[in-house]
Amino acid sequence: MPHTSEVMLHVNGTPHRLTLDNRTTVLDALREHLRLTGPKKGCDHGQCGACTVLLDGRRANSCLSLAVAHSGARITTVEGLPRGTDGLHPLQQAFLDRDGFQCGYCTPGQICSALGVIAEAAGGHPSHVTAADGPPPGEPVPLTADEIRERMSGNICRCAAYPHIVEAIEDVAGAAVTS
Amino acid sequence: MTTSRERALGADTVRIEGPAKVTGTALYAAEHTPDGCLYAWVVPATVARGRIVSIDTAAALAEPGAVAVLTHENAPRIEEPDDPILGALRDDRVPHRGWIVAVAVAETPEAARATADAVRVTYATEDHDVVLTTDHPGLYAPETANGGYPGSRERGDFDAAYAAAPLTVDVTYSMDPMHNHPMEPHAAVARWHDGRLTVHDSSQGSAVVRETLAALFAMDPAHVTVISEHVGGGFGSKGTPRPQPVLAALAARYVGRPVKLALHRSQLPALVGHRPSTIQRVRLGAGPDGVIRALAHEVITYTSTIKEFVEQAATPARTMYTSPHSRTTHRVVALDVPSPSWMRAPGEASGMYALESAMDELALVAGVDPVQLRVRNEPSHEPDSGRAYSSRHLVECLREGARRFGWRDRDPRPGVRARGRFLLGSGVAAASYPVVITPSTAEARAAADGGFLVRVNATDIGTGARTVLAQIAADALHAPLDRVRIEIGDSDLPRAPLAGGSWGTGSWGWSVDKACRALRSRIEAAGGTVPAEGLSASADTTDDVQAGTEFARHAYGAHFVEVQVDRDTGEIRVRRMLGVFAAGRILNPRTARSQFIGGMTMGLGMALMEGATIDPVAGDFPERDLASYHVPAHADVRSVEAYWIEEEDPHLNPMGSKGIGEIGIVGTAAAIGNAVRHATGVRLREVPMRPDRLLPHLG
Amino acid sequence: MRSFTYERATDPAQAVALLGHHPSARFLGGGTNLVDLMKLGVETPGHLVDIARLPLDRVEESADGGLLIGATVRNSDLAADPAVRTRFPVLSQALLAGASGQLRNSATTGGNLLQRTRCPYFQDITKPCNKRRPGSGCPAREGAHRDLAVLGHSESCVATHPSDMAVALAALGADVLLLGPDGERTVPLTGFHRLPGDAPEKDTVLLPGELVTGVRLPASAAGLPSAYRKARDRASYAFALASAAVVLDVRDGVVRDVRLAFGGLAHKPWRATTAEAALRGGPATAAAFGHAVETELAAARPLRDNGFKVPMARNLAVRLLTELADPDASALDHTDPRRGDR
Repeated sequence: MPHTSEVMLHVNGTPHRLTLDNRTTVLDALREHLRLTGPKKGCDHGQCGACTVLLDGRRANSCLSLAVAHSGARITTVEGLPRGTDGLHPLQQAFLDRDGFQCGYCTPGQICSALGVIAEAAGGHPSHVTAADGPPPGEPVPLTADEIRERMSGNICRCAAYPHIVEAIEDVAGAAVTS
Repeated sequence: MTTSRERALGADTVRIEGPAKVTGTALYAAEHTPDGCLYAWVVPATVARGRIVSIDTAAALAEPGAVAVLTHENAPRIEEPDDPILGALRDDRVPHRGWIVAVAVAETPEAARATADAVRVTYATEDHDVVLTTDHPGLYAPETANGGYPGSRERGDFDAAYAAAPLTVDVTYSMDPMHNHPMEPHAAVARWHDGRLTVHDSSQGSAVVRETLAALFAMDPAHVTVISEHVGGGFGSKGTPRPQPVLAALAARYVGRPVKLALHRSQLPALVGHRPSTIQRVRLGAGPDGVIRALAHEVITYTSTIKEFVEQAATPARTMYTSPHSRTTHRVVALDVPSPSWMRAPGEASGMYALESAMDELALVAGVDPVQLRVRNEPSHEPDSGRAYSSRHLVECLREGARRFGWRDRDPRPGVRARGRFLLGSGVAAASYPVVITPSTAEARAAADGGFLVRVNATDIGTGARTVLAQIAADALHAPLDRVRIEIGDSDLPRAPLAGGSWGTGSWGWSVDKACRALRSRIEAAGGTVPAEGLSASADTTDDVQAGTEFARHAYGAHFVEVQVDRDTGEIRVRRMLGVFAAGRILNPRTARSQFIGGMTMGLGMALMEGATIDPVAGDFPERDLASYHVPAHADVRSVEAYWIEEEDPHLNPMGSKGIGEIGIVGTAAAIGNAVRHATGVRLREVPMRPDRLLPHLG
Repeated sequence: MRSFTYERATDPAQAVALLGHHPSARFLGGGTNLVDLMKLGVETPGHLVDIARLPLDRVEESADGGLLIGATVRNSDLAADPAVRTRFPVLSQALLAGASGQLRNSATTGGNLLQRTRCPYFQDITKPCNKRRPGSGCPAREGAHRDLAVLGHSESCVATHPSDMAVALAALGADVLLLGPDGERTVPLTGFHRLPGDAPEKDTVLLPGELVTGVRLPASAAGLPSAYRKARDRASYAFALASAAVVLDVRDGVVRDVRLAFGGLAHKPWRATTAEAALRGGPATAAAFGHAVETELAAARPLRDNGFKVPMARNLAVRLLTELADPDASALDHTDPRRGDR
């Protein structure tokens, strides 16, 4: 059997057929083969979150995902977020407005993770800090600051823009709730 | 020419490169992939001390995709580096575990790593010594400590004054080694072309990297270009040239193709410096009113066998408080460990942890409120030098912080605030960081269309330097900010110092201001019109900076912290952190606030979770990933507030600014430790204050 | 990472058959631990059988009121499952106390059970480790072992099992469902993971070629008060220093049933059978809880730097038992927003 495989990745809406080493992760496929530099390599072991992308609609560490095992997957990176007329997704704009980053290296992962957080909370997924007497199973979980902090904890920011990232996500999650 | 009287400085300006960063299009070093680029992976030594006997690369070179394995036997010769940490592949010596003994080069990242994994190295091992002890026979007193400070200072008669003091505190604090761990691991992409070398490097200062590469490869620096356009943090670890640009260039020369070398996270602890552990004895002798009469701060630390780096932890005590009789010393021992180096606020972060904890202990002994104790010990002149302060607003920071935090209502008794299984407490500590300014050059150009281009080899490692420098330029040019374009992060630009020591903005900004003022004069001399070919002006602040100052110059701050301690587990969580800073003029409140908060949060990490160990048997740091070396995560950081007081200081630079990148971390760990003492009655004298250290003391 | 070949399995029997064709094959689930260890060179499979798409992704209620959890159910989905949240809250809490949102989205039930230790010597192939290379030695005893075992360790290994989920499953009395070349079998979760003894290379009783197909939760624990609490070095995204999972049935002040398991203390989730036996039928008081838990932990043999785990585990367990026995007593404990901290 071969040590390489034909892999089909649907990245930001565009299908890419690649012949990849079976060892190639989704992260390296994106960065080194498709030259998408949004997903970052921070730790290469799922311990920092800089590589976070949406994999079939859910946030995942692309560094621990083998491309061959995700052939056929739909992948959304920070480059592929739907953008408004000003050229930015509301979360990207909120990160700018709130100064939710400094060096910027963790930022694409933070933004993709935040998208996942908003969807997960809306889908009724609880977190470690969701109160037992909170919304019943299946009901949306309001994204309080504590909820955001806990749910975003898989995304390390060494510059520690954390308070501003929380504010940025609150801006967007709050707008999503009121709209 | 369009003129603007609207001041850009002081405005809450969004980062210029922000859109590129939030869309993923800002390119960091490893994201440059020239045509034909190969991938490199380093092979770390697996012994703590010894010599390489042989390296078998046959299996490695048989890996599919393998191109080359560079070792000390086949690597192109380079000159002897000034910094010994860059000496890998020059000889067979292994000075510490993790030292690079080979570099594998292959067609793909996967193949490069597999090739490196297949290299077999045989060592002649020697006994190693990696354990710091207070009675280590190798301890010696260094001439100088990091930053060029004298290793030892004596003033007055400490011993007599201490012996005579009515109140005394004699306490010893220690801290574990800490790692910088910026989010972007160190990486370089090197390309040789037409006798020139171009390197994209993850560096805090590409000028020094360029000069280093030129020296090592015996080249004219003009033929070397180093680019660090976007840098994913550094916190000191990218301040000096690191092995990756050297080895990438070496490998690229060897294989005749561009080479990308990204260090892996697990390789950083041994290769990019760290804050060494310190054992710090602080003795304070005071009058009944808590006013210090005698102060001794004696620091023991380690360095590596190849390089003397002395964490200057005793230096803050020379400038901080009234101390008529003072002794501040360092002793260091060279161990078979990776070379320590700069980590955010070297000396200040470590030394002020001990000094500010000891001040809290003195406050308890004296029965004086810890804020008041610091006010009472405010010196009129810098004790060590006798110089006047250019500005010093520590007392104002303490008072403003106390007001905002609600300090007045604090019950000083320890261990009395229980909320269920939690104990609450609050603490305070002061911060200071020296103002350093370094010569810089810059160039400003005006185009006929009214646009300006400012060129300076500054580096933006996340500080907002690019944005602030554009603001400085706009004001000096009397131009609107959007007409100013700025180029930084490239060694072909006018030479400028690295981003470090909190001197970046003050140093680069001075040259930018000077160049832009000169350009404005030229435009005015030309009748206010820029000719079609444009106008330009250059500036060099060497003379301005070397004129020196008669003043002692420092930024100051005060931290107020509230913690909760879980009595069941000893887990400490910070509920609230509030810092007030006096750092000259704040040039961009948005980016300044982010830096203060970032520093405070790294201080939280230092206090509660950041600590490596050195394995006495293996000789390395067992905690080499982010699952075992913990840095603060989102959930650790609840309420963090940073404020500043308006400070006018005419003795700094044209902008009136002090550095702000490091002071946020200074004192934070002490404030947290002091709060833990208030919460529990337990004084921990060791950071990080992890549950294993606190729980045994909880009843 | 060693090169490998790859194929996807479509049903469990086929997966088992495919694995049998390759001497060095491994099943690939979410990959969050296996790919991690392959990068480190700790795992060096020559072939991967991808089982992530097997039709084992359902959580189903069994006729007797128990729950059948498929092996490929993702940790995040399991934690959010309404039946789990309402009837087996300890399991949801344990899952949510572990890893990160991203990792929980990828990690599977089966993979979580089969996680390998986080011992730094196990993860570093340049150092000896009896678990990785039998007979090579255990540097952790003298080296860095703050995070390692205090119970049930051996001369050859002091590793801990890192899973939170498995601790809850141990307390719930779950069964692990296996399919191997010789057919199906069921192993109680408490017997699934091993103590190291002199064969630390074996984490579990899994036989060569066997596939975890699911986990069954018994009806007996359904609906009883239960909770999980974990102590760690930071507020989130860290492995347990110690943790406790409790299921408690108290009526009229008497312990009718109790199940207690510890995490972070041993090579396996540590079911505290001694404490349970001491408590069953006795008074549900803090004193009784304390005495029973201390009896259990009397067996602890801490290493130089991990003695703190004993009082930590004791306090976690006693507090949880006390709170579950009398929920009103903990009503004041709301300074922390964390549910687990209530």
